[in-house]
Amino acid sequence: MGLKERIAAIDAAYGDLKAMGRDPSALKFEGVWSPTEATLEGRPVMLFGTNNYLGLSFDKGCIEASVAATYAHGAGTTGSRIANGSYGLHSALEKEIADFYDKRRAIVFSTGYVANVGMISVLGGAGDYLLIDADSHASIYDGCKMSDAQTIRFRHNSPEDLAKRLGRLKGTPGDKTVIVEGSYSMLGDTAPIDEFAAVTKEAGDDVYLMVDEAHSLGVYGPRGRGKAEADGVDGDVDFIVGTFSKSVGTTGGYCVSDLEGLDRIRMLSRPYMFTASMTPGAIATARAAFEVMAAGRGHKERLWRNANHLYSGAQGLGFQVGPEVSPVIAVILPDPQTAVLLWNRLIDEGIYTNIAIPPATPNSLSLLRVSVSAAHRPEQIDAALDVLASVGAELGIVAPAERKHAARGRAQLEVVTAAGAAG
Amino acid sequence: MTEVTSEDAVLQRVIELISAKVKPGISVTPETRILADTNLDSVSVMDAVLELEDEFDITIPLNSLSEVETVEQLAGAVEALVQQ
Repeated sequence: MGLKERIAAIDAAYGDLKAMGRDPSALKFEGVWSPTEATLEGRPVMLFGTNNYLGLSFDKGCIEASVAATYAHGAGTTGSRIANGSYGLHSALEKEIADFYDKRRAIVFSTGYVANVGMISVLGGAGDYLLIDADSHASIYDGCKMSDAQTIRFRHNSPEDLAKRLGRLKGTPGDKTVIVEGSYSMLGDTAPIDEFAAVTKEAGDDVYLMVDEAHSLGVYGPRGRGKAEADGVDGDVDFIVGTFSKSVGTTGGYCVSDLEGLDRIRMLSRPYMFTASMTPGAIATARAAFEVMAAGRGHKERLWRNANHLYSGAQGLGFQVGPEVSPVIAVILPDPQTAVLLWNRLIDEGIYTNIAIPPATPNSLSLLRVSVSAAHRPEQIDAALDVLASVGAELGIVAPAERKHAARGRAQLEVVTAAGAAG
Repeated sequence: MTEVTSEDAVLQRVIELISAKVKPGISVTPETRILADTNLDSVSVMDAVLELEDEFDITIPLNSLSEVETVEQLAGAVEALVQQ
């Protein structure tokens, strides 16, 4: 298909949904003034559709560090670390992340996407195998495509299914790398990393495990290292990758490992070699954010209180929600049209969420992806639940709520958001 | 698992599997182009591959399917792997 045909196909596929209101892929905020508040269409909205799990994008210490580093070292590095050299800042961040994970080595990448394609394209050499969870993020699929290895999918979150597929490869030459995520961004479900680690170990010395903690860093585990730590097996994971664009509040990505030769991956990874390195400002933000996470200043606890609040609240209203409590609360809807309608009406009422429809979702689900931050105040969550109740009832998704304030609408919300701006 | 596998039997199973995933009313023949002629998205096709792997106890790397366009070609790829 030529470019013009493909553009026409996109218009045909999404035109009907766009005709129902806003274009979900082209929303423009006029201003974002806190981790939970922004201006959209000239009016305040509360943000329930970010990955700002700890609210650190507006952390005063992180911002001050970023500003100071930008003044001291410049706005950008203007080149790649291989061609143009590393700054001391890059190496300092790598040392600190390795220490945070209690691993021997770390590499930082320019984004989380680049971390995945940069690592996977190297881990899968010619004659090797990459075994990936069926619901893997696009960056994992793209890394597989960029590699010279054979890619095999196994059923989502099923260590048994992985074991069966590893069994079929028994005796086949080549390294096998298993790739899973700590927490999946669409439904907020987590992976049994302990079981995956056991299956991987059992399969032999040429089988490695890589865990992407993009949505679980700062969220799971006693030290916030992610789901592998929560399962007590972070020491058994060969490669942990992640991003700075969610809990860490800036951009960038990383891989930590005990592998002796990890540093050599820099010379093998084209996505590492041929892109500009992290900016001084982003590095300084990330360093400050890791410090905040390591210090344990209560962000994670606030996040989980909020997650429980919103999850149980939405469930109590009669919405079908994802399989487990998580900072990502998936509201599962019968079809894409209902999802688009609900999403539009929530924005009308001052609540911004994400919409996710096939093929970007597992099992062809249509859902509203609602996410919380440690920075949400309980009254913001109550206000969002009130709007969900009234709009959900209006669209016939849930029965009319009996909540005391179910009828209160936009006016009340504006009071809440205005209070937030002042505070 | 299938004990003796003839080419026709593999083709028959591939047709059944793909048919079960397309919208009712779309008929699946050996010449059907899996993505272009059905309403299937790439994820559904990869799910069908998972089922074929289990049914015939084979490994079907995703990259081995880059040239596969029709139902008949998919059956041919499965058949070749079963014979290996």
